[in-house]
Amino acid sequence: MSWTRKILRVNLTEGTCTPEPLNMKWANDYLGQRGLATKYLVEETDPKVDPLSPDNKMIMATGPLTGTAASTGGRYSVITKGPLTGAIACSNSGGFIGNEFKNAGWDMIIFEGKSPNPVYLYIENDTVELRDASHLWGKSAWEADEILHKEHQNPELKIAVVGRTAENGCLYAGVINDLHRAAGRSGVGTVMASKNLKAVAVYGTKGVDGLDNPDAFFKASDDGKQVLAENAVTGEGLPTYGTQVLMNVINSVGGLPARNMRDVGFEGAENISGEAMHEPRPSDGKPNLVTNGACFGCTIACGRISTIDPTHFTRQKHPDPQYQGASGGLEYEAAWSLGADTGVDDLDALTFVNFICNEDGFDPISFGCTVAAAMELFENGKITTDDTDGVELKFGSAEALVAMAEQLVSGEGLGPDIALGSKRLCEKYGDPDLSMSVKGLEFPAYDPRGFQGIGLNYATSNRGACHVRGYTIASEVLGIPVKTEQTDTDGKPELVKAFQDATALVDSAGICLFTTFAWGMDNIAPQIDAACEGDWSIDRCLEVGERIWNMERMYNNAAGFTADDDTLPKRLLKEAIKSGPTKGQVNRLGEMLPKYYEIRGWTQQGEPTSDTLSRLGL
Amino acid sequence: MKMYIELYASLMKLLPPGKERFRREIKVDKGTTVQDVIDRFNIPMEQAHIVLVNGKFVCDEREKHTLEEGDVLSIWPPVAGG
Repeated sequence: MSWTRKILRVNLTEGTCTPEPLNMKWANDYLGQRGLATKYLVEETDPKVDPLSPDNKMIMATGPLTGTAASTGGRYSVITKGPLTGAIACSNSGGFIGNEFKNAGWDMIIFEGKSPNPVYLYIENDTVELRDASHLWGKSAWEADEILHKEHQNPELKIAVVGRTAENGCLYAGVINDLHRAAGRSGVGTVMASKNLKAVAVYGTKGVDGLDNPDAFFKASDDGKQVLAENAVTGEGLPTYGTQVLMNVINSVGGLPARNMRDVGFEGAENISGEAMHEPRPSDGKPNLVTNGACFGCTIACGRISTIDPTHFTRQKHPDPQYQGASGGLEYEAAWSLGADTGVDDLDALTFVNFICNEDGFDPISFGCTVAAAMELFENGKITTDDTDGVELKFGSAEALVAMAEQLVSGEGLGPDIALGSKRLCEKYGDPDLSMSVKGLEFPAYDPRGFQGIGLNYATSNRGACHVRGYTIASEVLGIPVKTEQTDTDGKPELVKAFQDATALVDSAGICLFTTFAWGMDNIAPQIDAACEGDWSIDRCLEVGERIWNMERMYNNAAGFTADDDTLPKRLLKEAIKSGPTKGQVNRLGEMLPKYYEIRGWTQQGEPTSDTLSRLGL
Repeated sequence: MKMYIELYASLMKLLPPGKERFRREIKVDKGTTVQDVIDRFNIPMEQAHIVLVNGKFVCDEREKHTLEEGDVLSIWPPVAGG
């Protein structure tokens, strides 16, 4: 339904909910979702604001294709200043709630201030109310979801909610929607809880309208679905094996970090791989993977639905019903951070901890990496069993990994320190170089020494070490759109910029980034063009993406970040890979960064020049 | 000479019976190319998408790249993640 042209402003301090017209000038310059909400944040907040103060704002935003017939058109994002990084934070989620926002008639919701008491926002089309949530506070995301569904007696109600870790101030808590999907990174859930906002429950029945050219749109979206269906990756690979098929690929090409990124290559990778999730287990003859799942409007269906082995120690220890049946299973990033990075190759333990991440709303990437850092600190004697309530926090221990998840949720033992993220944890225990993070955000599952381009992307990403800001792995490993040599630095600045700008556009449209394994801008631009007013050519789409990237950069610079923050941990710049096909490699960031700044139209201090700002209308 | 073939994801079903998940020891003649082995296992051209020898990409040299004693040839169909 492209733009509804209506946003909702919720002042939690005053307890008011006020409709406003969407600023269409900004919509035409920033499209929607990530770009448009960031524009609102930039205009309405001080970049130096304390992320957890009432002066910070949090925006839930859809894109113009959210709720339409475009494949994967169900995305929404949570945009705010992130408490883990102090940088711009934008976390994107699928599921079904994005569509529900649009069906209720709202492009975005801006939350400001702080409620004196726990509340949740109830939306039913034009009816919007803040309601008491004192009975939900202290409940997990799953418990709160169930209570709200029972109270409202409406199975169609869609809920986004924070868990206990967000309430307790864990700096990488996310916002869980539809039980198993998450705006997971950067601590956007922590901001939501800091405002005493427990949940958003929404039910919309307005349907779809407002497409600029319906005939052209249905032609373009049908064409797009055909491309996804016929593409081997989106039509077969992702639905069958999910993202987890990458575990063995990345391990084989010498790019899978292990044990807090001290090693590259994990001997247990195959035991936690997508293929292993298909294998019948001895105890009940059933595989970990029950089926795949799709978000709203998605014709790819990469989601994993899994069960834990009934004889596994986690199910024996936790007989609660939510762990006995099928639930959201492992994606590649979670399996890596919870598994390879902690040295744990117990598929069921990882699945259990993944359930807990969804149940209590925290980012499995940052959690796993923080536990990995704690394991190295334990090995070095800086963390002891006195700190862990007696847990032997050793690499490879599934019991220790599970115990850390339990302690994080309960706030006992090392939990409060694990809640800080790896940067603050390692600073507290006197070895800051052991934090594998950029701008405070922990790394995903691709080692920058094994893939030069992704290293440059991590160093320059506006939200810290994030793969989905510029997923050059598509080119450096998978050959999409063309294969580039993973250990070359030549051409990588151009590759990174192209991926970053295109991704900013996709993240602002309401569709899933995974479409780009099959779709190019020649598939995406026609759908936006037909849905939205005005002419949305490929060139305009890419210019909007570049504008968004530069706007985010300027926000971060104003928040206090400099070129010195565009770097990687010493380990990844100095300690060469010890064995395997990428033996001897470090990340050669210095060969790429000056060129990256140059082609971005930035000074060598990482500041956009006046010419660049003028060209982009910033 | 002895070498190893690894087939992953949907190609696993083309592996002969064996103990390991993905890997089988096979015997090939000297001068055998990557494409020769791909043909021997009846892997359709478009399904041999990621092709590695000892972890190094040989996707574009499969016709010319000859295998050595102890090499590990690893093959995936078109896959992606993130």
